[in-house]
Amino acid sequence: MMQNTAEKFPKRYIVYGICAVLLAFAPLLLDSYWTDVLNNVGLYAILGLSLNLIVGHSGLFNLGHAAFYAMGAYTAAILNTLFKIPILLLLPASALTAGLFALIIARPIIHLRGDYLCIVTIGVGEIIRIALINDIFGITGGANGIFGISRPVLFGLKINKPYEFYYLIWIFAAVTVFLFFRLENSRFGRALNYLREDEVAAEGSGINTAYYKLAAFVLGAAWAGMVGTIYASKMMIVSPESFNFWESVIMFTLIILGGSGSIPGVLMGAFLIIGLPEVFRGFANARMLIFGAAMVVMMIFRPQGILPPHPRKYPIPRMDKTNRMSENEGTS
Amino acid sequence: MEFFFQQLTNGLAIGGIYALIALGYTMVYGVLKLINFAHGDLFTMGAYLGLTLLTSLALHQHLGAFPGVIVLAVMVMGLVGIIGILLDQAAYRPLRESPRLSAVVSALGASIFFQNLVMMVYGAKYQYYPKNILPKTVITIMGLPIPLMRILILLTSVFMMVALYLFIQKSKVGTAIRAAAIDQGAARLMGINVNRVIMLVFFIGPALGGAAGLMVGLYYGQINFTMGWVYGLKAFTAAILGGIGNIPGAMVGGILLGLIESLGAAYISLAWKDAIAFCVLIAILIVRPTGLLGERVAEKI
Repeated sequence: MMQNTAEKFPKRYIVYGICAVLLAFAPLLLDSYWTDVLNNVGLYAILGLSLNLIVGHSGLFNLGHAAFYAMGAYTAAILNTLFKIPILLLLPASALTAGLFALIIARPIIHLRGDYLCIVTIGVGEIIRIALINDIFGITGGANGIFGISRPVLFGLKINKPYEFYYLIWIFAAVTVFLFFRLENSRFGRALNYLREDEVAAEGSGINTAYYKLAAFVLGAAWAGMVGTIYASKMMIVSPESFNFWESVIMFTLIILGGSGSIPGVLMGAFLIIGLPEVFRGFANARMLIFGAAMVVMMIFRPQGILPPHPRKYPIPRMDKTNRMSENEGTS
Repeated sequence: MEFFFQQLTNGLAIGGIYALIALGYTMVYGVLKLINFAHGDLFTMGAYLGLTLLTSLALHQHLGAFPGVIVLAVMVMGLVGIIGILLDQAAYRPLRESPRLSAVVSALGASIFFQNLVMMVYGAKYQYYPKNILPKTVITIMGLPIPLMRILILLTSVFMMVALYLFIQKSKVGTAIRAAAIDQGAARLMGINVNRVIMLVFFIGPALGGAAGLMVGLYYGQINFTMGWVYGLKAFTAAILGGIGNIPGAMVGGILLGLIESLGAAYISLAWKDAIAFCVLIAILIVRPTGLLGERVAEKI
């Protein structure tokens, strides 16, 4: 079947396939340190995909995504340490709290124009961080955070080692890629892209822009909340400083650098943003200096990102007789 | 009463510093519609360059305290302004026609670059300004004591803001800046060299930020390579609070933010100081979506 469809598919699908196979076998070739680096890449890739829905597809300038990531991580940490609920069962709970929180926060501010929305999301991120440091409601553990979070258990197998986490994280990433790919090509995804390009025209064509923006925001936040759960169980500790403004900046940067609105771009961005500082480790102190300069240079040479989204093609069906016949018969 | 008065003057002094930095954000935004996230780090550069020049040239010993500091301020402003122009030429100019968010990422990269450059040159530890450069006099006004430093900071920042406002409103070059902010294409047709206007904006904004950095160094005595993030974020908040792109707005926003922070820390909670400032910002934006003095922009069809 692959061979039949290979001609119809662009060549890039073959590249994606090779990358997927390489990723699937990567832990066999790498030591635990590099596997752990890839785990981080995976976490940021999922975070990037969730933020991509908000920034890339809807064009909402969100620089406070770490807040929702934190909500998910803390929800999981609190419920897990207090009530001993297994981590993986808490995924929906984290998604729900992060999503509800995003709904409450975003409802009054979603109409703000670009840069005003940006500072509000930064503000929300900071407020959450400060609230966590100040031990709000007495359950967040203050500046030290919460520790003793249990490892996830899947079908009786306790996920403990880096390579076990590797598969957990990257399977989650693969599911995310699949779902978001479907979403991108749905009525929902098209509506988001339309309002990103021209909000007034979208509104004029009967798209409820406020509803779609809000839905994208809440969905992205809920997804980040789930990543927070995985992060909490991977680190076994959550503390406010893991969710500072810098985290939001990383998530935002990897999207724009990789290619805003493009799933392969976001994955590429995650590899570059998390992987490059590791590669530059030899430069010791100058590592982040080079990283900053590299960001500027990459933006200058690829302002659209490294792998920008491909324009969608909707071929017009040929209207000759045979085609119509076959359509009527329901086969093609 | 005295406690309130102290908090009030402290808030005004910090507000003045925020306002000076906010002007840099707002001027660049006005002309280029770009949030210059590296602006906070230019402010840090001002503080560090000020320290270097202060210790190496020791102008305050040769010229006396006040003339020495004024000459120092002029030098710092000039240097940071030149760095600002170089930053624009290197990181933003190639991206003028690109999607806006690409320029934002370039700005974030430049910010990381500057921050780490300062760290590599000066080290990661806190650096201390020499003490007693300016006399630590305390003046009494209506029976209430105020440190002279605070008054000087407030007066200097107000002086700079008024000078900038007059320059923008009254001079021919200022008119060109305003024209370029409204419509670059039309300004170009009217014979305005928009590139030169942008260069000028990238000189004035960072110069004011650098001056603010020097003031923070002199006022608090200690500086750190990460302080640009914190002050930059606050100043950006101030610029948005007043309505970004609007010069009086940045001044009002800065002073207001300084007051909210200082009074909030004193009367509500010190630990929640930054959160209070952001809560007020969000509340104001819900009521006035384009800031206090921002114009209401009708959506174009």
